[in-house]
Amino acid sequence: MTSRHERFTGWQRLLHWVMAACILAMLFIGVGMVSTVKPLYLTLVSIHKPLGIAILVLAVVRLALRLRYGAPSLPADLPEPMKLAAEGSHYALYALMIGMPLIGWGMLSAAAYPVVLFRGWHLPAILRQSDSLHTLLWDAHFYLAFVFFALILLHVAAALFHALVRRDGVFETMASVFTGGEVAPAE
Amino acid sequence: MLAWLCRMRQHYLALNNLLLNNILKTLRCLIVGLEVCMAASHKPPLGSLALIAIVIGLGAAIFAYTAGWFSPQRLTPDRLVAAFAPPTGVALGHRRNHAKGICFTGVFEANGAGSELSQARVFARGQYPVVGRFNLGTADADAPDATVRVRGLGIQISTPDGQQWRSAMINAPVFAVSTPQAFYELLRASHSKDPDAMKAFAAAHPEFAKFGDWAKNGPWTGSYAEERYNSLNSFVFVDGSGAKHAVRWSLLPVAQLVAVSADELAKRGPDFLEQEITQRVASEPQRWTMVVTVANPGDPTADPTVAWPADRRSIEIGALTAQQVQAERDGPCRDINFDPTVLPSGMRTSDDPFPAARSSVYAKSYDLRTAEAKDYPRSVTGAKP
Ligand code: HEM
Ligand code: HEM
Ligand code: HEM
Repeated sequence: MTSRHERFTGWQRLLHWVMAACILAMLFIGVGMVSTVKPLYLTLVSIHKPLGIAILVLAVVRLALRLRYGAPSLPADLPEPMKLAAEGSHYALYALMIGMPLIGWGMLSAAAYPVVLFRGWHLPAILRQSDSLHTLLWDAHFYLAFVFFALILLHVAAALFHALVRRDGVFETMASVFTGGEVAPAE
Repeated sequence: MLAWLCRMRQHYLALNNLLLNNILKTLRCLIVGLEVCMAASHKPPLGSLALIAIVIGLGAAIFAYTAGWFSPQRLTPDRLVAAFAPPTGVALGHRRNHAKGICFTGVFEANGAGSELSQARVFARGQYPVVGRFNLGTADADAPDATVRVRGLGIQISTPDGQQWRSAMINAPVFAVSTPQAFYELLRASHSKDPDAMKAFAAAHPEFAKFGDWAKNGPWTGSYAEERYNSLNSFVFVDGSGAKHAVRWSLLPVAQLVAVSADELAKRGPDFLEQEITQRVASEPQRWTMVVTVANPGDPTADPTVAWPADRRSIEIGALTAQQVQAERDGPCRDINFDPTVLPSGMRTSDDPFPAARSSVYAKSYDLRTAEAKDYPRSVTGAKP
């Protein structure tokens, strides 16, 4: 298979797909946990916190890779508004990947909950206790979660549009997680 | 049709580099199906666009389902919290249940005996700071003290390793119902306009009788200091060897219990409990011993309406001392959620379904009341927001 574009580096692709799975899981875990009183609630919460912090760490690594290695250029024939939308939405996605976990952490800190990641393993508070800060961050975590999900849906729609309709090679810049990009033999 | 197959092959070539091969194969089958359906239209991209729409629509639908938007019958924290609302309206800025209360600070002094059951730091001999709250089991923040049967105590014990043990206990010897779902039904019945609702509830829930018997015949006292507070829910302690022990715990008052009739209490002021405990602690710190009861194998650990037999092993693991009482409005307990699942390592939840339900509901109650702080303003200027 040949692509008109260079691709994201192997690490960038690996991180993209691992994080896509984690972030989608987080969104579903989030809305699932706040809508049940069953013991599942505690299980989901105990995944939500460490996974969210893992996403924060990975997002910072990913941002560093992005700054170091950049991204393939978009096809020259892509209409200007679509280019803008692509770039703008990628900025927004990075902001949310880093912002959401920080907001979650800050929200728990402002409520004086211990931020336990694993049994006996907890993070320090990053904010003093404050009901107004807690409320602000709670609202942010809530509304931004839905913004995040909507943005991901748009992002997936765009990715599939590139892959199935435009077939312009943009999808392939991110497609494989394997560095070499070997082609699986077509059956 | 050949054209379709060609397109399929192109799709395939365009995409075959993908790890998600299998998922995409399924999607491609979908496209084939769609395009066959739309064969009459002869507009190739339509199938792809429809597929994209389906993926997005399905994603959104599964999300909405997970969030419970299609499940009005699912018992959610929101619904359970709403069920507490008294006919007079919720007490904005206050806890949605156990709404009336007063803060205290003090210490928990561990005698070291608990280490046999749990490796939690809080059981190592030593003194650990406590923030607590005496409270009444009512959703009405202005309820006269004598009108509320259930009295509670919330505590938060902090250890130097940064861990916390939070617990919210009540004076009843057993809980009213066996499951969170039944608790919801109890709330609905008690707020129902149907005069027979409570009778119907009690008939459908025979386990309610034990609690009802205590409520009617158990002793009343004139002081928070004379009450015994019970965890009722069971938890699991993990000792140093990794062995697990199903336990419940109680705080036993050192103060002498003086039974006072409900009629007698009704003659006292609406806040007599708060005034009494403030004066009592000011003149002398008040103490409770903490006793952990260990279940025998086979004892019911999932049902807080069933007390364990009296001969079960119990261990005195330390003592709680209340040293100072503060009004809730500006007090240190105000913005704490005494969530019973905030446990140090060495303690876990058991198969008792209540702590999880309580945690989810207390968090909701906390979110609501902290957002309503302006309806319960602090009196001290410069107090923490
Ligand atoms: C679920 C969360 C997801 C997030 C947060 C996310 C985020 C991002 C970001 C920030 C970029 C820009 C690349 C960079 O600058 O590093 C990107 C690119 C890309 N993503 Fe995602 N993505 C997600 C899911 C998906 C999914 C499910 C697909 C496929 C269906 C996908 C397909 C792509 C493609 C094809 C690109 C390359 C676009 C380009 O060349 O600029 N993404 N993604
Ligand atoms: C990528 C990161 C994250 C995503 C996508 C995410 C997403 C969500 C979502 C969708 C909800 C449910 C909102 C609702 O419907 O009420 C939620 C709730 C919550 N999240 Fe996160 N979250 C993230 C990170 C974190 C982190 C790192 C923490 C804490 C360390 C955290 C703590 C919480 C808490 C405590 C709630 C429940 C709030 C409440 O109702 O009291 N989140 N999150
Ligand atoms: C599903 C069952 C239960 C529900 C829905 C429920 C609900 C609530 C709510 C909404 C609060 C206010 C929380 C806050 O805003 O911080 C609360 C507080 C409290 N509950 Fe429960 N509760 C349940 C079971 C129990 C049980 C079994 C006990 C006793 C063993 C108990 C004892 C307490 C106490 C003592 C408080 C006051 C804590 C404080 O001072 O902040 N509750 N409950």
